[in-house]
Amino acid sequence: MTPIEPGFWFVAAGAAKVLAVFSIVMVAVAYMTLAERRVSAFIQDRLGPNRVGRFGWLQPIADGIKNILKEETMPGTASRFYFLLGPALAIIPATATFAVIPFAAPLPTPKGAVDMVVADVPVGILYILALSSLAVYGLVLAGWASNNKYAFLGGLRASAQMISYEVALGLSLIAVLMMTGNVTLTEVVRQQQELGLWFVLPLSLAFVFFVVSAFAETNRLPFDMPEAESELITGYHTEYSAMKFSMFFIAEYAHVLTASALMATLFFGGWDVPFWKGDNMFWHDGALIRGFDEAGAPVLAAPSLWITLATLASFAAKTAFFVFLFIWVRWTLPRFRYDQVMHLGWKVMLPAALGYVVLMAGTMLVLAQLGVEFGLRYGLALTGVSGLATLAFFFFLDRDRIVGGAHAKRKFSSGRLASAAASND
Amino acid sequence: MAISVKVMKRPEAGRTSYMRATLKGMSLTFKHLVRPQAATLEYPEEQPDLHPRWRGTHRMEVHADGRPKCVACGLCPTVCPANCIRLVGGEDDQGVRYPIVYEIDEFRCIFCGMCQEVCPVEAIHVGHHFENAEYERDRFVYDLDRLMDQDHSTTLLWDPSDRRSE
Repeated sequence: MTPIEPGFWFVAAGAAKVLAVFSIVMVAVAYMTLAERRVSAFIQDRLGPNRVGRFGWLQPIADGIKNILKEETMPGTASRFYFLLGPALAIIPATATFAVIPFAAPLPTPKGAVDMVVADVPVGILYILALSSLAVYGLVLAGWASNNKYAFLGGLRASAQMISYEVALGLSLIAVLMMTGNVTLTEVVRQQQELGLWFVLPLSLAFVFFVVSAFAETNRLPFDMPEAESELITGYHTEYSAMKFSMFFIAEYAHVLTASALMATLFFGGWDVPFWKGDNMFWHDGALIRGFDEAGAPVLAAPSLWITLATLASFAAKTAFFVFLFIWVRWTLPRFRYDQVMHLGWKVMLPAALGYVVLMAGTMLVLAQLGVEFGLRYGLALTGVSGLATLAFFFFLDRDRIVGGAHAKRKFSSGRLASAAASND
Repeated sequence: MAISVKVMKRPEAGRTSYMRATLKGMSLTFKHLVRPQAATLEYPEEQPDLHPRWRGTHRMEVHADGRPKCVACGLCPTVCPANCIRLVGGEDDQGVRYPIVYEIDEFRCIFCGMCQEVCPVEAIHVGHHFENAEYERDRFVYDLDRLMDQDHSTTLLWDPSDRRSE
């Protein structure tokens, strides 16, 4: 199978992919809001929206209509241009990030195989880092332009948090980049198929850092400092109403979806179907191959609609799990205090991620010196080292050693709390 | 239907394990997620069980011949703390007192049920009914005919020998 030739069909396939991915992301975002409300309701022993359509299936549509019909407010003291620019800047990077994520195995068509990724750009991961940090401009501009102190504080917090966790996010990705030696996301998926292990095992601590940073980047609880209802009303979007507010909302959920898809792609094999070699396929010298035989000759892959659908289902299931994780965590954990967020970001995540990168680089160097081939043994060796690092990290983080309330710590160390607790009893 | 409240034992600072506490919290919320114990009452379809002493919309008891039992003694407007009952009493040719005007403003009423308690002839009652939304404010002043037309069950008075109304 050869790739589709540049020309009319290439453009048509690209346009179809853009259209399909954009509409699927938007629909998924709409139904994520419903999922969030239903899951939170079940967790809290409520029922959630179940009146509009069966099980509330039409609730997102009703919400959409409501948001379009509501009055757009514009504070008199707001900076009009930036106030309007804010939501646009929030939503564009959030939706554009999905473009580089491969979501299924290549689809065979009469004109050639079509990669199931909107744009397989060579700078994949860098593009994601760039766009995801661009999203903070929307929040900062919205907060500043609203001319409202709560919104302004929300914008400030968003920027501080984004900078703090972007570092840990980048460092956690470096481990992945060292494994793949490439920044293309299709290549990341291929390497995981070739290794026979998903990167979550050999790079377990990087996955932990990535998940925590992703929560911070998407401003989801326990890191929703920019919104922090109980402190800042609703933070940066306090002054927004109707569709402009809805755009921030869509941006947040699109970020969650993208972050989930990234977790699936970078650490859980992307569209790889577990324990099945039949879906392994990648481009080599203009041909879609499955791998190499002992002699080093390429083995041609047999792409089919069924493989594409199966891999798409695999990718969707993984992504849906992480979306669920986002919702689940949100309705379980309380919000960090602001100094704790900064503390965790700069004093825990950054040094630990840096140390982990050094450790992984050293391990890879040692494995290379020992002449271990990139394969299952290589992966298992890394899994062992990484697992020990993860255990050590959690042991260190556990038992209030690091992220504790400053107040409680002070009291505890001076022994006053113990006596206070004794007198309370 | 009552939701039980569990008082948590707080560990001392320095003895807290955030990792385990987080995992424990996650498992707790997951248990609630997979086994929903919805405390929600799906109201218009499901009606709440009203307590026997639940006090709602008023109701005027009537004699078998359709006359109101009220004798216009004036005790209920006197006792009413919200001053929501308007009563103009009259007397017929046999000397029987009856209400010419008997109006209760359900907006002003605080549903204390004292009118029912004070009534010597058990004419005015509060009852097991609460769905009295209207489109106009005037409609909330219930006149005598409307009070007599109510057909919901009436509130049980407090009985000191049966404190829980069982």
